[in-house]
Amino acid sequence: MSSELRYTANTQLEHLHARYTGTGHADLTKYEWLTHQHRDTLSSIVGHPTLTSYLAIADGEAVGRVKFEMTERMLQPCGPPPPKDD
Amino acid sequence: MHLYNLTVQAPTAITHAVVGNFSGARQQELVLSRGTRLELARLDSQTGKLSTVIASDVFGSIRSLAAFRLTGGSKGTSSLLWLWQFSSVLSQHISPSDYAIVGSDSGRIVILEYDPQTSSFVKIHQETYGKSGTRRIVPGQYLATDPKGRAVMISAMEKAKLVYILNRDAAAKLTISSPLEAHKANAIIHHVVGLDVGFENPTFAALEVDYTESDQDATGEAFSNAQKMLTYYELDLGLNHVVRKWSEPTDLRANLLVQVPGGQAASSDRYDGPSGVLVCCEDHIIYRNMDAPQHRVRIPRRDYPFQDDERGLIITAAVMHKMKGAFFFLLQSEEGDLYKVTIEHEEQEVKALKIKYFDTVPVASSLCIMKSGFLFVAAEFGNHHLYQFLKLGDEDEEREHSSTDYPSFGMADPNAPLPRALFRPHALENLALVDELESLNPIIDCKVLNLLPNAGTPQTFAACGRGSRSTFRTLRYGLEADEAINFDLRGIPTSVWTTKLKEDDQFDAYIVLSFINGTLVLSVGETITDAEDSGFLTTSPTIAVQQIGVDGLLQVHPHGIRHILPDKRVNEWQAPPEKMIVNATTNKRQVVVALNSGELVYFELDLEGQLNEYQDRRAMGSTILSLSVAEVPEGRQRTPYLVDRSSVPPAEFADVLYQAVGCEDQTVRIISLDPENTLEVISLQALTAPPSSICIAEILDASLNRAQPTTFVNIGLQNGVLLRTVLDPLNGQLTDTRSRFLGTRPVKLIRVVLHGNPAVLALSSRTWLNYTYQNMMHFIPLIYENLESAWTFSAELVPNGFIGVSGSVLRIFHITKLGSKLKQDVIPLDNTPRKFVAHPANGFFYLIESDHRAYSASAAEQELERLRATGKEFDKEILDLPQREFGRPKAPAGIWSSCIRIIDPVEACYGRTVRVVELDNNEAAFSIAAVPFAARDNVLHLVVGTAQDTFLSPRSCTSGFLRTYKFVEDGRGLELLHKTEVDDVPLAILGFQGRLAAGVGKSLRLYDIGKQKLLRKNFPSTIVTLNTQGSRLLVGDMQESIHFAVYKPPETRLIIFADDTQPRYITTTTMLDYNTVVAGDRFGNIFVNRLDPKVSDQIDDDPVGAGIMHEKGILMGAPHKTSLLAHFHVGDIITSLHKVSMVTGAREVIIYTGLHGTIGVLVPFISKEDVDFISTLEQHMRTEQLSLVGRDHLAWRGYYVPVKAVVDGDLCEMFARLLPHRQSVIAGELDRTVGEVLKKLEQLRVMAIGF
Repeated sequence: MSSELRYTANTQLEHLHARYTGTGHADLTKYEWLTHQHRDTLSSIVGHPTLTSYLAIADGEAVGRVKFEMTERMLQPCGPPPPKDD
Repeated sequence: MHLYNLTVQAPTAITHAVVGNFSGARQQELVLSRGTRLELARLDSQTGKLSTVIASDVFGSIRSLAAFRLTGGSKGTSSLLWLWQFSSVLSQHISPSDYAIVGSDSGRIVILEYDPQTSSFVKIHQETYGKSGTRRIVPGQYLATDPKGRAVMISAMEKAKLVYILNRDAAAKLTISSPLEAHKANAIIHHVVGLDVGFENPTFAALEVDYTESDQDATGEAFSNAQKMLTYYELDLGLNHVVRKWSEPTDLRANLLVQVPGGQAASSDRYDGPSGVLVCCEDHIIYRNMDAPQHRVRIPRRDYPFQDDERGLIITAAVMHKMKGAFFFLLQSEEGDLYKVTIEHEEQEVKALKIKYFDTVPVASSLCIMKSGFLFVAAEFGNHHLYQFLKLGDEDEEREHSSTDYPSFGMADPNAPLPRALFRPHALENLALVDELESLNPIIDCKVLNLLPNAGTPQTFAACGRGSRSTFRTLRYGLEADEAINFDLRGIPTSVWTTKLKEDDQFDAYIVLSFINGTLVLSVGETITDAEDSGFLTTSPTIAVQQIGVDGLLQVHPHGIRHILPDKRVNEWQAPPEKMIVNATTNKRQVVVALNSGELVYFELDLEGQLNEYQDRRAMGSTILSLSVAEVPEGRQRTPYLVDRSSVPPAEFADVLYQAVGCEDQTVRIISLDPENTLEVISLQALTAPPSSICIAEILDASLNRAQPTTFVNIGLQNGVLLRTVLDPLNGQLTDTRSRFLGTRPVKLIRVVLHGNPAVLALSSRTWLNYTYQNMMHFIPLIYENLESAWTFSAELVPNGFIGVSGSVLRIFHITKLGSKLKQDVIPLDNTPRKFVAHPANGFFYLIESDHRAYSASAAEQELERLRATGKEFDKEILDLPQREFGRPKAPAGIWSSCIRIIDPVEACYGRTVRVVELDNNEAAFSIAAVPFAARDNVLHLVVGTAQDTFLSPRSCTSGFLRTYKFVEDGRGLELLHKTEVDDVPLAILGFQGRLAAGVGKSLRLYDIGKQKLLRKNFPSTIVTLNTQGSRLLVGDMQESIHFAVYKPPETRLIIFADDTQPRYITTTTMLDYNTVVAGDRFGNIFVNRLDPKVSDQIDDDPVGAGIMHEKGILMGAPHKTSLLAHFHVGDIITSLHKVSMVTGAREVIIYTGLHGTIGVLVPFISKEDVDFISTLEQHMRTEQLSLVGRDHLAWRGYYVPVKAVVDGDLCEMFARLLPHRQSVIAGELDRTVGEVLKKLEQLRVMAIGF
């Protein structure tokens, strides 16, 4: 692969990653992957009315509260990122 | 195995509701989203009743809903037409109407219009913008419209926001632009709302949090400094571009935005409001606008003496209402309290933000205010309520909190909370409840059993609801009849009629009862009394009664016909000597009588109102059992019928050859009453049994003919079967015969009027009603006493009623809810029900209830005790408010309220709570089973699995218990024998081989009474269900599907020998046979797994299980795998599954219930031909693209796993609603006629569920 081609392929990939949030790549860390998983799950729960009802019944909370807490948790679902060792 | 899915009860939850003028008529309507269905409901503001106009399955998941109206919009007309709007006919179509926008999981934005002509939703636009499915960055979650209807924003949970411009083209048709992006990468979106900016550029406000920095910062500092931004996006109509206009941090715990009116009124320079938004945060409400000072108030909270003080209070639903020159907001907190919020403003400058407590209603998923003064509360759980506004809370004692009470309008320190505001909730003062829409949502557990006497079909017992509004409901399939009056006649009448005196009378004047040896006439007025001088012959039984001509009455008795004129003169026709009238049929113009000699005599009313006999009598050659003539068509009554041939409909006769051999000669003949060939036999139909009754009725059925009513000939047979055939009006031939078993008694048919439309009552051992609802014909049993005879009844107090005779009792009743096929009887509960079991012998139900974050009665008492000890003063009265309406003080996580309830389901016809056993020590019940212990001579014991101090996430408890109870007082009481301690929450327990099998956390354990644990086996995550047959145990795991285990007593070994290849989040399971299991999962799927019978035999033949134990596992699991037989996505979380027979003598079906109130059945197909035929029909129906949200049907039913071996009956039944030419195209492809396809569909439904 010529350096030029690699360059364009990379920008394309970056472009795609920027466009499709949550898509994985070869250098994805465990933390990033897990955070994506959690955000996907949380948004899926909020997006399915039956699932929010299900959680609300189990927890004795209002559906609106469940949705709110789930959305809040999307900010940092898995705690702070691990320190970078460089 | 091939299954046919039919929905018996569509989901009853309402996830979104919007109000608007969708039909273009002057009244407002509601569009309701029921998760997977879209409904249009109309309010009758006179009676205050909500009724469904149409409901349509969308085959997708609706996530958001909005209504909008184009400015100055009018429906389907150009502006030139406004001159005509005084014409009453046209004005209906000219007045402006709203459109509905639906955001769903289809990756498409859909704009719908309601077409009143065809009574259906019409898709105007469907624009694809992304992938299907509920995804993080695919829009559909939030919808916001510009109040002037110029643009709409559709947003995802994260990043993506699209703006579409809405406009009108030259033909006044709605147009939609290509989408404009307003994306913000790495931003989580909490809410989006359209700002009211008048006619300036459309602007949308979004509540966003950026996570870029907190994702990078390992110290966690960025996370704690993260800000929630209120951002304005302006759509520049000139540049066709969306810009981020303004972005400012707001409260970190903001969750909801509410539009505040703004812009100038068209007629004056005055501003409607200050514009901007209300930002609803935890505990606070902030008024916010660009370049304007903020106003903040604290949300008042209930003044409970004890509650979880750490907890904030959030607003979960909001509605803004604009009146002439004023506006207000109703905000609802998560506890159900409504607050009235008002903004004091001068032009665009806000002076004060005020909040006060208004009333308490159920917690809503949506609130809608209608201009006629009603508030619709779409409850998130339980029944939906409709309230009428009595006042707007302007002059009451309730304290109002204003932003001017605080320094800098409450924004002195935006990060510090304002001082606490308190109130005490009160019973409804400003609102009055006018109607309730019954909702099963949520169904948490359910049993299908036949317990009630003379019910015929099994009843469904459902534990529904959440918290203190929970209910236990008995559901019976059929129409609910409300009895108005009943009284005893001291004699057993054979028949009953009612009659008016004149053609145009509104109400009935006489009730005529025929006895074996006489006739009784009652007159109907304010009371019902014996009628004197009615002109009827009372010394002889009556055969028929009819109001004839303009003002005449007619009585047919065995010896003749009496025509009673208004001046009480009587014209009498005598039956020929030696002959008697045995049967008669009448309408307003015609009379046909049958003599015992087998002859027919035909009379017509002439123009002078004289009844004339037709010159010939016709001998049928056999005894005539029943006859029927159709009603004179509407509008033809006054035409000279002798001239107009079509106004004289054919009569028809039944006639039975008793001397014939076999059944084939039993016939129904259609006889002409056409003047050209009067009394000629036109066609003949053979029957399988002697007919007992015949009824010709013209009923509208859109699947056959959507333009005009179809003439049906209903033939009731003596063996209880009803045949329904269609009479071809041109040639008098009978076509499209459908049969149905009604009951064990000979069928009696009566033509009646139901809410102004013709209907047929069929009486057998059950009473059935055949009627039109939403243009489709229905045939449903009535839930009422068995009737021997019935007739339409109309009086001032009961305008749309029926009168019936059962035994010697005369009953007057009416049917109001034509749409609901389920009759519900409700027992209130105190906490959220979890599970229940039926005692096999005494028929009682034992139900466990437990509520998280709620104080039990004893815990509340302890808290009060503690408060009293501190000597603090507190408001005791607030604790005495009825908990059913107001709920309870919220407790911190880990506090539970729980009880065991004994219910007698039969008493008083709909059950009663016998006893409640409260659980103490903060224990909560999670599982229940009736277990026969072999060590106690197989006497049944009740075992309840509980856990103390349970936390849900992550799940933990200080200790679990298995409480063993003895049934005392014939099951009316429980005596605690002992508590066995276990180390985790027991979520599933089951009697197994004279012992107890319990799923405690992830381990399965066997217990015996009086002994400690015997055995233990671990499973992947948590055991949620247990089923058994023989020595086999089926274990449903919370995440890892179903495991097959076998118990080998010689070695007391429990061996897992088979499991599933797919991970499944099991919610409920039922064994279909020894090797087959049906299960539901948390994502709305139903699937069937089967174990290879060879493996099954091999396992059973191994005496000690040594062979299985040493088999090698496959895929890190058990050595054998089950195979998937069927799979189907229902769209509602399956909460229970049952294998029962719904119709006496019919084959068993699978009944499932869903969390949002779905009840459905899966019917196994009998023959391969049926499978081929219905699957092909389903394929054709799929290509019709019927989904209103634009979701692909195949993709929806195969949401998680491709649909397998299940045909969607709901889709197939939409065949009846297709346009006629599409119907015939599809039927042609299938090599059938349209009638045959419809018949097959009806047959499948009737065989499975009986109606």
